[in-house]
Amino acid sequence: MNSTIPSQTTLPWLWRLPALVYRSGALIISLLLIGLIVLLSGASPIEVIGRMLVGAVSTPDQIGRVVATLSTLLLCAAGLVYTFNAGLYNLGVEGQVTFGAIATTFVLRLLYPEEATASLLPPPLTIALGILAGALGGVLWGLLAGALHVYGRISEIFAGLGLNFAATGVAIYLIFGPWKRPGVASLSGTQPFDESLWLGTFGQTEATPVGLGLGLLALLITIVVMRNTYFGLRLRAVGKNQYAAHVLGVPARQQLLSAFFICGLFAGLAGAIQVVGVFHRLIPNISSNLGFLGLLVVMLVNFDPLWVLPVALFFSALNIGSLQLPLSLGLESSLAGVIQGLLVLFALLGRGLAQRYAAS
Amino acid sequence: MGLFACATAGFGLRVKVELQHIHKHFGPVHANNDVSLTVEAGTIHGLLGENGAGKSTLVKILSGFITRDSGVILLDGRPAHIRSPADALRYGIGMLHQDPLDFPPLTVVENFMAGSPSTPPILNPRAAEREFRRWCARFNFDIDPHAQVGDLTVGERQQLEIVRLLANGVGTLILDEPTTGISASQKTLLFQTLRRLADEGKSIIFVSHKLEDVEALCDRVTVMRRGQVAGELDLRPLHAGAQQASSHHPEIAARIVELMFGRALAMPTKPPTRRDEVVLSIEGLVLRSDRLEIRVDQLSLHRGEVVGIAGLEGSGQQLFLTACAGLEPPAAGSIHIAGHNLTHRPYADFLRAGVCYVPADRLREGLIAGLTIQEHVALRASGRHFFIDRAEVRAEAERAIAAFNIRGRPDTYVERLSGGNQQRTQLALLPAPLSVLVMEHPTRGLDIESTLWVWQQLIARCQQGTAILFASSDLDEIVQYSDRVIVFSGGRVSPAIPVAELDVELLGQMIGGRF
Amino acid sequence: MDSAQLLIILATAITTATPLVFACLGETLTERAGVINLSAEGTVMLGAMVGFVVAKTTESVWLGFLGAAAVGMLVALIVAYGAITLRQSQIAIGFVLALLCSDLSSYLGNPYVRIPGPTVPPAFPIPILEAIPVLGPLFFRQGDVLVYASYVLIIGMWFYFYRTRAGLTLRAIGEQPAAAFVRGHNVVALRYLYTLIGGAMIGIAGAAFSLDFKAGWSHRHTAGYGWIALAIVIFGGWNPLRVALGAYLFGILQSLASVAQSSIQDVPTQVFTVAPFILMILVLVLTSAGWLDRLLGYLPVTPRRALMRALRTAPPAALGRPFEQD
Repeated sequence: MNSTIPSQTTLPWLWRLPALVYRSGALIISLLLIGLIVLLSGASPIEVIGRMLVGAVSTPDQIGRVVATLSTLLLCAAGLVYTFNAGLYNLGVEGQVTFGAIATTFVLRLLYPEEATASLLPPPLTIALGILAGALGGVLWGLLAGALHVYGRISEIFAGLGLNFAATGVAIYLIFGPWKRPGVASLSGTQPFDESLWLGTFGQTEATPVGLGLGLLALLITIVVMRNTYFGLRLRAVGKNQYAAHVLGVPARQQLLSAFFICGLFAGLAGAIQVVGVFHRLIPNISSNLGFLGLLVVMLVNFDPLWVLPVALFFSALNIGSLQLPLSLGLESSLAGVIQGLLVLFALLGRGLAQRYAAS
Repeated sequence: MGLFACATAGFGLRVKVELQHIHKHFGPVHANNDVSLTVEAGTIHGLLGENGAGKSTLVKILSGFITRDSGVILLDGRPAHIRSPADALRYGIGMLHQDPLDFPPLTVVENFMAGSPSTPPILNPRAAEREFRRWCARFNFDIDPHAQVGDLTVGERQQLEIVRLLANGVGTLILDEPTTGISASQKTLLFQTLRRLADEGKSIIFVSHKLEDVEALCDRVTVMRRGQVAGELDLRPLHAGAQQASSHHPEIAARIVELMFGRALAMPTKPPTRRDEVVLSIEGLVLRSDRLEIRVDQLSLHRGEVVGIAGLEGSGQQLFLTACAGLEPPAAGSIHIAGHNLTHRPYADFLRAGVCYVPADRLREGLIAGLTIQEHVALRASGRHFFIDRAEVRAEAERAIAAFNIRGRPDTYVERLSGGNQQRTQLALLPAPLSVLVMEHPTRGLDIESTLWVWQQLIARCQQGTAILFASSDLDEIVQYSDRVIVFSGGRVSPAIPVAELDVELLGQMIGGRF
Repeated sequence: MDSAQLLIILATAITTATPLVFACLGETLTERAGVINLSAEGTVMLGAMVGFVVAKTTESVWLGFLGAAAVGMLVALIVAYGAITLRQSQIAIGFVLALLCSDLSSYLGNPYVRIPGPTVPPAFPIPILEAIPVLGPLFFRQGDVLVYASYVLIIGMWFYFYRTRAGLTLRAIGEQPAAAFVRGHNVVALRYLYTLIGGAMIGIAGAAFSLDFKAGWSHRHTAGYGWIALAIVIFGGWNPLRVALGAYLFGILQSLASVAQSSIQDVPTQVFTVAPFILMILVLVLTSAGWLDRLLGYLPVTPRRALMRALRTAPPAALGRPFEQD
């Protein structure tokens, strides 16, 4: 390489600390910053931690909501493990969730028309078909981004972002147009489905065994695929060095499209679960931004699926626990997002500092 | 710092450039080892040497692109503090890089203005265009000022850079391999221009590997070898007589070749392994990159045969090798492997036909940094099963490690291996029955022991019937291990010559572009 | 629809698009230097919140803008440090910041939701210029100083890019940093500089919402505008004039939508926010795969060159790539 200038960082010995020091230092700074931000809003950090803990686990209902969030988050994160390992920033995951949800709603409406009093098929079959449709919808949206990236040579980041808005646009159009509630159309979504089409829950909570099962299964499959299969290995090879992988005989395009396919599949399932398990209708923000949160989870664990479950559980608990803050302390629930964002940001910066300055 | 005192040292003044005891290390490589060079004002000074000889490093140090570890740069006897290209420019030192360092999406005039100290804060494109046209007229350059630089030929981009540097008051001009990729008429024009600039008193450093060009143009030449100065010669006797006089002074040419490549070539040591069956045959192959066009009319490789490609790097070898391996589609012509026409077939078909490519840049193109040895082993076996049998892969990796004497464990990341062990890993990954092995610099950066070992393995492959096509910048390696040799020079390709008919003189001449 | 009505719609479109113009131009400046600031969505929102809060507490609208600019710079500094100095993925850091800053604005801005605050005082039509037929009423009777300022910014930035030495250098470091380096420019310092200035402009865009065009503060006050700005920069091919035109087109779409609301009740205005993204993807498809070049290849040289320059949408060649220099 003629144009690269060799780096010759000369640093005082003080900077040459072990990588762990940089990483944990970054973590400590992010925690201090979180504390500072809480103080800025006039609250006590200790009290906030206590309230969030109480808000996440004190009643079965709250635990159920944590589990429901976790289910969707796991599906998104598991899918993103594939795209990240293939070297792709699939910001389009939100759109894949949304389009999955649209497809599910479409099939459910088809099999249970508004004027009908019962589903045309047995409800469990209707739900199953709806979930399947969701998966296909997600795949469609994922492959669209994949085709734009692989064949159109468009950055997957912008293709994905664009398709996110396109999916939301379609959802809003449907909610206000063809699928509007009898009477008034509103942002609160379509007419809720008949209860016979709701997924069964754990007791009286929001959590559904099917959702949790799918989430855990997706993660398990992902762990196995990434650690024990040639497919996972090829994916990582393409993500780390596309040209060398090609020279070694790995079909790079096929691998990239597969990653989009699988991520779309899991994201579509997540969208389906949001419809049949959580909201029981199509709403504009059907993904609850859990696709983006999935990106944060997978970035924080540095693309290793083994650590996805604990981080996703922690992030889900933060999301639900923070919902108590407005009632109890008059604080905004977006503190959860602030905590998640700061943890990931400083993990990235800590990683960068360690790579650049740490003694090897 | 005395910078301002020197700031006027550029345009119009005669500057003598001295580099004294320059040292530069890149990791373990001693790229410049106590190099000293003196360039008199008003002369064209050639800098010859093989790739990796350290000539590029030396001129990049002078132009501030890289910083030296130690040593002194004197301009007219006064020490110059050059730590960046900006410093070098202040001292009136400008460099024309091998790959033009310009801005392809911008127009010619914009390129001319960019980074020029005489450009006013508010651009005046008309004035700049007038200035540009004036300079072009002076040297008979014909460049459309409104064209986009990306649309120009390499030769035109070079002319643009020369004009730009001169307009910026450069008194010392460095040219790095300027005759690669330009047309014959552009070369003639370039040489006229350089001669004229030298006559005006500028110091010119001409980095090249082409004997012919250096002989035709330079007043003196310094030959570098393995990071050191191998010798210096006065070439003015060549120009004293008639034009094209080099034939009258064969002793000078011979001396240059000797300095470049050493006194004698190594003895061929390869046992005969060639069989009668042709395994790779090429007809009328035309390859194009943005800089080069290569034509190979006919080449056949027999089973068990080794064909070495000599020539300085960047003469088109890589393009040719990747085309033979099926990674780069040819513009015209055909490639047959074992009788099957594989022209324009996907790379996977080449792999299936038993063609394998081992690139020189091990960590960028051959191996995947971030994966372990056993993961590479598994990747090669990929496609047969869905699940990886970890125990089996590990056992296979251990066998490979033992067989190829790799200093590493199955779970060692390849980027943590030494260069020699990376190369051993690449060899260990080659599939077992192999028709054609295409290699770039098979032993670059390896110690003698590893080199010998690598070639033992390769010859064993030949005995099994594999044909090897390899490029190297080490002439000894080529002569020792090839059956036949082809030479690339600036995109031109020589016919294949049996190694027994070669001597250092002939090879040196061919590399210099005479065949 | 008569011409007077059309003029009103267009004038409204220009007003609506003004904050977006600031954000788009800020992002254009940053990307021209070779850095993607993907945090725009969060930066606009945080700028809106900080601008409102500062203006409210200090009773000074202008200090509010200053605060928004400062916070935009701070976010850009993190992007620059992570991307330029630590050479981490610009996408990862920018994206995390986009989410983080959105949430931070909601959290810290909570006490200020839906309370009245100071707004930018109305300005007068610009004398003389307002008398120009059509253009006068369209551009110069806007009655808002920020709108006028945006004109200055658009033209100023265009002038800076294409008519000044510093602008030439800016384009150079985004195209071929190594070539700029050998010409003696400090690529790293300049990239920091333009990322920071661009960030300040994106922050100001936020304050333009909360202190003027969508006065006040509420949760997710500017939701979507940051992402739209990113799309418009691509649509506009990194050229300030075309980027501004892209922002105005979006404004027209929005004001048409609100006019049309009465006639096509079924379709909410939100659907129109999709348009910039569809256009962006179309532009990307057209240019990335080289179709445009192939189409234009059939034309003779002179019109081709002019058209190429007019339609050129290739991103700065070094966009998103770190420069290896110490």
